[in-house]
Amino acid sequence: MRRSAVAAIAVVSSASLLLAGCSKADDGDSGAKGSAKANAATTGVVNASDKKGGTVTYAMADAPESFDPGNTYYSFIYNFSRLYARPLTTFKPGPGEKGNELVADLAESMGVPSDGGKTWTYKIRKGVKYSDGTPVTAKDVKYAVERSNFARDVLSNGPNYFQQLLADPAKYKGPYKDKSDKGLDSIQTPDDHTIVFKLNKPFADFDYLVSAPQTAPVPKAKDKGADYTKSILSSGSYKFETYKDGQQVVLVRNEHWDAKTDPLRKQYPDKIVLNLKVSQATIDKDLMSGDIVADLKGGGVDAQTQAQILSKEDLKANTDNTYGGRLVYTAINTKVKPFDNVECRKAVQYAIDKVSVQTSMGGPIRGDIASTVMPNDLPGHEKFDLYPTEGNKGDAAKAKQHLKACGQEKISTFISARSDRQTEVDAATAVVASLKKVGIDAKIKQYPSSKYFSDYAGVPSFTKKENIGLMMMQWGADWPTGYGFLQQVVHGKAIGQSGNTNLSELNDPAINKLLDDAIANTDESARKAAYVQVDKKVMEQAAIVPLSYFKVLNYRSPHGTNMTTSAAWSGQYDYLNIGTTKK
Amino acid sequence: MTAPIETTGSQAEAAPEAVLEGVKSKEIEGRSLGQIAWTRFKRDKLAVTGGVIVVLLILTALLSRPLQSLLGLDPNAFQQDLVDPNTSLPKGGFGGMSWDHPLGVDPKFGRDILARILEGSWVSLVVAFGATILSNVIGVVLGLIAGYYGGRVDTVVSRLMDTFLAFPLLLFAIAISATLQGGAFGLEGLPLHIGVLIFVIGFFNWPYMARIVRGQTLALREREFIDASRGMGARGPYILFRELLPNLVGPITVYATLLIPTNIIFEASLSFLGVGIQPPQASWGGMLREAVNFFQVDPQFMLVPGLAIFITVLAFNLLGDGLRDALDPRSR
Repeated sequence: MRRSAVAAIAVVSSASLLLAGCSKADDGDSGAKGSAKANAATTGVVNASDKKGGTVTYAMADAPESFDPGNTYYSFIYNFSRLYARPLTTFKPGPGEKGNELVADLAESMGVPSDGGKTWTYKIRKGVKYSDGTPVTAKDVKYAVERSNFARDVLSNGPNYFQQLLADPAKYKGPYKDKSDKGLDSIQTPDDHTIVFKLNKPFADFDYLVSAPQTAPVPKAKDKGADYTKSILSSGSYKFETYKDGQQVVLVRNEHWDAKTDPLRKQYPDKIVLNLKVSQATIDKDLMSGDIVADLKGGGVDAQTQAQILSKEDLKANTDNTYGGRLVYTAINTKVKPFDNVECRKAVQYAIDKVSVQTSMGGPIRGDIASTVMPNDLPGHEKFDLYPTEGNKGDAAKAKQHLKACGQEKISTFISARSDRQTEVDAATAVVASLKKVGIDAKIKQYPSSKYFSDYAGVPSFTKKENIGLMMMQWGADWPTGYGFLQQVVHGKAIGQSGNTNLSELNDPAINKLLDDAIANTDESARKAAYVQVDKKVMEQAAIVPLSYFKVLNYRSPHGTNMTTSAAWSGQYDYLNIGTTKK
Repeated sequence: MTAPIETTGSQAEAAPEAVLEGVKSKEIEGRSLGQIAWTRFKRDKLAVTGGVIVVLLILTALLSRPLQSLLGLDPNAFQQDLVDPNTSLPKGGFGGMSWDHPLGVDPKFGRDILARILEGSWVSLVVAFGATILSNVIGVVLGLIAGYYGGRVDTVVSRLMDTFLAFPLLLFAIAISATLQGGAFGLEGLPLHIGVLIFVIGFFNWPYMARIVRGQTLALREREFIDASRGMGARGPYILFRELLPNLVGPITVYATLLIPTNIIFEASLSFLGVGIQPPQASWGGMLREAVNFFQVDPQFMLVPGLAIFITVLAFNLLGDGLRDALDPRSR
């Protein structure tokens, strides 16, 4: 790959012959000095190395609410927590979509379903020890699931899929209220290395569900509820050395971790440091100076760093522009007039100039133009476009036709966006400009993202009262399957009175049935076909206007080794085996 | 005066005649306070400059919409072919300056900056004037009442002032502006945002004006002309608004002129924080907010609205200072 680039330069001018010579001389010690090309980590592993030692430093602009594997919902903590907490299954480090491969981690192998997919049995690896030397048992996994899913009043940050799926959960009040040793009946531990989950309905994606850090073992004796984040007992290759709330976290090697029990982790660096609450501009500068290896959030550099990087070839070579497993879209509220009429929704589909929206959000670097609900890096995604317009620039004439069919000439409505997300406001601005051309007057209403779902866009009674017909939204899958992506945003059952994520309030019996049947089906290809059908049906209903398949532009430190971005982690680097060439 | 030796010829000879003629042709007359103030003001070059700029600004704001249609500008028209999609920056140097777009275009959308500055000018001035008028009306009325009646009335009004001054104004402004985003009082969209801004900024700034008016009234109410009109049977409202108020026009004008720039900055701050004027409506604060994300790579985009605010605020301050010096030379 490098050689072809050199050849191309040589054609341009004779001076570049010199360049070519220099480059060739450099070939000797590639890898360590960051001679990889742009996007190299999206297709392969950059700086693959098994060199040990050094300190790997990460930074992030914010601080996560918790590092507790049972009390988090951030994909970057899901990713990072695997260094100190081993879930039953996880994703194999691999570039791009190869990162979606699910493998056994704490479990010896993938789950064994029985009873038509209602019972799942996992064998836990023998010889796995905590950082204090005590062995990991199946009971600790059971306890971890109980505390993370059944004690929402104490640990509220994570999802509660297990509570929804496990049989008769109603009787069980969580480990902090129910102090009995027996715990939840529907998780059984016949011996120290076997755990059996009994579900209330067949659930084919269960192996994906147990990849959440919620299944990483937590010994009951060491649990301190919400404060467990300050004294986490490690089951992974690193353990906490220091924990300074909201400032810094330092991990050092866990000497009780045994490579024989772990095919994935390599334990390369001596130390892993994570600095919290660093400004994004500082993070970007530190990345380029080589002081840190990666931005833990993995959300990409900020807009002006992007402009600076893209104008310099040597900086651009250290970037990875990859899909983030997310869809940026405008949800059309099917319960707000006149968008309860499908024709009015179709008018919006045709009216929006997606190129203009894309440019407003930062151009092709920040996302490809979308036409389906499922993002294009989701396994099983199928490309189709029910509302094609020339060059994706919108079609005012067709939009007006549908507006007429809907019995409207002018529509006055509101569009909501999150005030602290500038790109979202920018996208909304572009949507407003597009809609204005066809006679739809949408005014922007901004709400803080921390309350967007709990108080505003996610409250159906509020959106109806405030005439919010359109809502800006971004959605990523909890696990990379069609169900993991679609269920929360298009299934009728996902509609809630608050914290609603099915913003369109779409409750189509056919879509609900397709999803319910699919997840009970053990045939993977049949499931995938069903998800594509759901995708098409949602687009027929025109309830969602897909705007772009979100992409991030991450800066890859040339000092980092084993750098590879993963689709399973929203385009973040896989943090499991990153090392450093620096001492 | 001692004329230099070189001063010879017609000029020197003509001078005494000219002086004499001037005295003869103009009758010597008494000058009003206003005339004296105007003469003083004219001598203050900085204040006059400020005044001229203020007049120009007000004209620009009044003629903003007609000017835009005359020049064929649209503050909300996207011209994304002028923007590099990868970097979001305007193509060409200096933020995409060209004959068509003399101040360049904004990143991401390619909207004409001149048009947005023009559009933002009336928003800024309407909010600033509206808020100033609101706080001055409340402040003057309550200040007059407190100062003239004194006693218990004064105590009540003064404590009310203290209460308002103790209000965390910025936080309150953010909270109110954020909650009143949809529709309220039969308004929605831009009129609502402007109304809310005027209310929030104006309603909490009156105690400053009230204190000044109260202090002046305290001094004036003991003067003979007040005693005289009271003796002739004048009642409270007449004395307040016919006798006291005309004597307070000076300080009120000065303070109002100095309050306008403060309010312009306040409006810009709220828009900057995202709770003032909502996009896509152009406002100077909103433009600054957008420019922050690009100030390293497109500094020109931040410079233009920044300069607009700077010039406006400076002009009003110069004018206000000049008016104060002219109307009340002792306060220098």
